[in-house]
Amino acid sequence: MSHAAPAAHLAPAATAEAHGLRAWLTTTDHKRIGMLYFYTALSFFLIGGIEALVIRAQLARPNGHLVSAETYNQLFTMHGTTMIFLALMPLSSSFFNFIVPLQIGARDVAFPRLNAFSYWVFLLGGLFMNASWFAGPLFHAGQWNVAPNGGWFGYANLTERQFSPGPNIDFWLLGLQILGVSSLAGGVNFIVTILNMRAPGMKMMRLPTFTWMSLVTQFIIITAFPVLTVGLLFLMFDRFFGAHFYVREAGATPILWQHLFWLFGHPEVYILILPAMGIVSEVLPTFARKPLFGYTVVVYSGILIGFMGWGVWSHHMFSVGLGPIADSVFSATSMLIAVPTGVKVFNWIATLWGG
Amino acid sequence: MLLSRCFPDRHSRTLAPVPRCRWPLTSVPLLLLGCGGPFPQSTLHPRSDFARAADTVFTDIFWWAVLVFVVVETALVFALVRFRHREGRGAPRPTHGHTLLEIAWTLAPAVILVFVAVPTVRTIFATAGEAPPDALKVQVTGHQWWWEYKYLDLGITTANEMHLPVGKPVQIAITSADVIHSFWVPRLGGKRDAIPGHVNYIAFRADAAGNYSGQCAEFCGASHANMGLRVLVDSDGGFAAWVKAQQGLAVAPPKGSPAEQGKAIYSRSACLGCHTIQGVSPGIIGPNLTHVGSRSTIAGGLFPNDSAHLASWIADAPALKPGAIMTRMKPPLTDADIAALVAYLASLK
Repeated sequence: MSHAAPAAHLAPAATAEAHGLRAWLTTTDHKRIGMLYFYTALSFFLIGGIEALVIRAQLARPNGHLVSAETYNQLFTMHGTTMIFLALMPLSSSFFNFIVPLQIGARDVAFPRLNAFSYWVFLLGGLFMNASWFAGPLFHAGQWNVAPNGGWFGYANLTERQFSPGPNIDFWLLGLQILGVSSLAGGVNFIVTILNMRAPGMKMMRLPTFTWMSLVTQFIIITAFPVLTVGLLFLMFDRFFGAHFYVREAGATPILWQHLFWLFGHPEVYILILPAMGIVSEVLPTFARKPLFGYTVVVYSGILIGFMGWGVWSHHMFSVGLGPIADSVFSATSMLIAVPTGVKVFNWIATLWGG
Repeated sequence: MLLSRCFPDRHSRTLAPVPRCRWPLTSVPLLLLGCGGPFPQSTLHPRSDFARAADTVFTDIFWWAVLVFVVVETALVFALVRFRHREGRGAPRPTHGHTLLEIAWTLAPAVILVFVAVPTVRTIFATAGEAPPDALKVQVTGHQWWWEYKYLDLGITTANEMHLPVGKPVQIAITSADVIHSFWVPRLGGKRDAIPGHVNYIAFRADAAGNYSGQCAEFCGASHANMGLRVLVDSDGGFAAWVKAQQGLAVAPPKGSPAEQGKAIYSRSACLGCHTIQGVSPGIIGPNLTHVGSRSTIAGGLFPNDSAHLASWIADAPALKPGAIMTRMKPPLTDADIAALVAYLASLK
């Protein structure tokens, strides 16, 4: 075997690392995009944390008047939305970007430019939504802040134009749609990367656990986000074009929103937790200096959680009055999902055991 | 700072005497103080068959959860301590799994879940809102941000304060006039959403007379937090007396009294567009005021029903309750007008 230097046309385009603002703005490198995701998520995490601090300060004594009732509603709506869509999800993305290509032995993700696109669209969505804190004058609102104020769950029909006439909910709707584009592009990108770009000989059941959980997460993202997209689109049609998807007077029902939102919203819980479970499954074996206990079972329980996550959404709706049969079925499925979760925890403890 | 004082590290101990850790001594009694009290709005102090059923299933599951927590945490803490890093220990033996163990810790939670699921499902069916045919029926309608109660069989319409007889079966039908609310009186029953176009039911039998607080439990806009309610469970005699008083016509104020002047002002102001006072005005947007003087609170259980609060409420409701649909009158009422109105409303016992 020869040890000659690789031919020039096979070498990376720039062997010397590029520096400066321009390099970071134009990068398609998966590690750099991972870092961008990380620091952006951290910034939004700080913003969401400050919002939480103001909420708690308002609640520190009865009848607090640190902020007005209207601003308070904006704060808890933006706190929830920020923490889920602008902090936790992109934090997972930063780990996907940084770690997955390294774990599968790929030089980068399958579509590096699409990857950069995902990041910049995410940043745009986050900035757009937070611009609502200062956009009041544009809408002659009489105050600076016209941030979303319908709760992070945005229940119709409160979020219909009739009950929320301002631009607040519009910022939320459009912002979430923009973020959805970013998540979907990222999801497709990582599925293709993990399925097609593994190093030779790395069969699926040899994938590192974090990459496995990332793969499951991406499948949930590309199936759950379209549901949210549809729900948001209906509400957008109601608000902008006078449609009646959630309007009782037109024969529709606001409960439709709750079904669509939680049909997305509960899989979203697993979008957030599965990558973290993947990280735990990597960290424990490393520091226990022995392989993950029950790798196959841990992987399959992750896949099972991904599937079962689709069958529990109505446990967010027990007070809606869906009837005792529906409530019982969704109680039972919600309890069942504890089984694969428990299996993971037991395997983690067994990994530590004797390590 | 607080933590470092309680758990000083090795270095600080050598540098300075460790200050005694005092905060648990002072804060624990303070925390316990929070546990005494009348519990006006606590699911953990049930006072009806419905609330007791929910509380029982909660307590059962709580102890199962404690058991699971103790077992799992014991195993975890044991593994952490027993197998912690120590100098000179060799490499651990690599183990890849154990089929029997995997089966065991899949089945064990499944078995525990049976003990959790059966009482849960039974309670769901037991609290599904069915009531015997002789139950007292009350229709609840949520509004932004107050509650309307109709006793159709008794011909009573009132707001925010619901009266119920002790020990009798009650069925409550819940809906909404605008956005989604949720009717919740934790010590008696609930919670059930008030959804426009839908009717949800809860049924219960109150154990003891008393004043029970409740709260709208679904975010419903600017004054969601200010959408409280009261359920007053009366003795049999007390309830009959209340029904009789509510069925009566609105009290006509005596001639020449400030209340009569107030009635005249009411009758020529925008008030009558929204409020009902039987025989005076037919409005249906706001609460029925026919017997408003008999209630102990106003504005969704927010303020005591006294002349000072009534006066400031009439003068500027949105200042007391953000977003309130009852806006300031244009042109504004004079202080004298408001005083007369307050006298009239207070007289409507």
